[in-house]
Amino acid sequence: MVTPAPHAPTALEEELRRLAGAVPDPELPMVSLAELGVLRGLRVLAPGRVEVELTPTYTGCPAVETMAADIERVLHDRGVPEVEVRTVLAPPWTTDAISAEGRRKLAESGIAPPAPRRAAAGGPVPVELTVRCPHCGSTETTLLSRFSSTACKALRRCETCREPFDHFKEL
Amino acid sequence: MTAALALGDDALVLSHRLGEWAGHAPVLEEEVALANIALDLLGQARVLLSLAGDEDELAYLREERAFRNVQLVEQPNGDFAHTIARQLYFSTYQELLYEELARGDGPFAPLAAKAVKEVAYHRDHAEQWTLRLGDGTEESHQRMRRALDALWRFTGELFEPVEGCEVEWSALHGAWLSRVTAVLTRATLSLPEGPWRGAWAAGAGRQGIHTEPFGPMLAQMQHLHRSHPGAAW
Repeated sequence: MVTPAPHAPTALEEELRRLAGAVPDPELPMVSLAELGVLRGLRVLAPGRVEVELTPTYTGCPAVETMAADIERVLHDRGVPEVEVRTVLAPPWTTDAISAEGRRKLAESGIAPPAPRRAAAGGPVPVELTVRCPHCGSTETTLLSRFSSTACKALRRCETCREPFDHFKEL
Repeated sequence: MTAALALGDDALVLSHRLGEWAGHAPVLEEEVALANIALDLLGQARVLLSLAGDEDELAYLREERAFRNVQLVEQPNGDFAHTIARQLYFSTYQELLYEELARGDGPFAPLAAKAVKEVAYHRDHAEQWTLRLGDGTEESHQRMRRALDALWRFTGELFEPVEGCEVEWSALHGAWLSRVTAVLTRATLSLPEGPWRGAWAAGAGRQGIHTEPFGPMLAQMQHLHRSHPGAAW
């Protein structure tokens, strides 16, 4: 579980969190870790010692190690010698954690952003019927595969402009 | 921790089997799909095995008899229908199990709550293919039928209680049967007849007794780490 911060974030913690949050996602470099909603917390434990909490999008997401290394690097550059990045699973990340700005940037880069999630337990994974083509804006798109270039995306094709595109699938 | 090994080994071994499809799947989309599912399972395995000890030592340095996975997941890929039947049986079970574990406050709750959403996609993938193959051509129907029959005897073991998992196993079995039956009915198939556990071996994976194909699989999975300890790239 996330350890609650014993105090409101200090000015230094806020600054370091902004720096860590600005690190681009290694696989979707158009969005930052803050926009993706995977940066859970940052605490200064002692002078020169910082703990960062990161949550993976998918349990097996291979980008987590790169994210951690990138965060360590920017904080080292800022003069923090000791950085510990911890991976936390609870509460589970969902696509609802992606910010409005993050969604806009995904769409701009040709990746259809996820729709807000609907509650669906046990039934079929909800099929989003109106995923809009990020290239031409058409709603006439079909699912080619639930699985695409990374764990978090599905592969679709636009029936209007015939371009295939990635869709950040709802989780 | 017995339960962490049992659940972690299920995920690890099935992940490896699915990874064997890389370069061999019938179409590119399917290749990507199976690799994605394998990656999700590997992520789960890493979390679960880390609860029991050092993940690499557990994965690469244990002997066959120390693995606690069910025998279903170690069965060879066979034809595509066998892989799909194995996926249908296993991911339906895993989704129900993780739903249960996510509700509790045990050591597996955080992982189960996260992974159950991934597994829902795996189960849906297996269902879509079961429908397509079962209700497809005569050939695809026959192959799906054969695959479901061949793997049926490994399904009973899924519901053997695992020490450390607070789950109503018989209720889980009931829910599993009704979900699988519903999919097979829609796919113009039916639930296999015959025993759902073999008198001779099935039911023993949790005790470290495995089927013949498991040894060669482990040899392939472990040989690099054993030949080059600590290798990294």
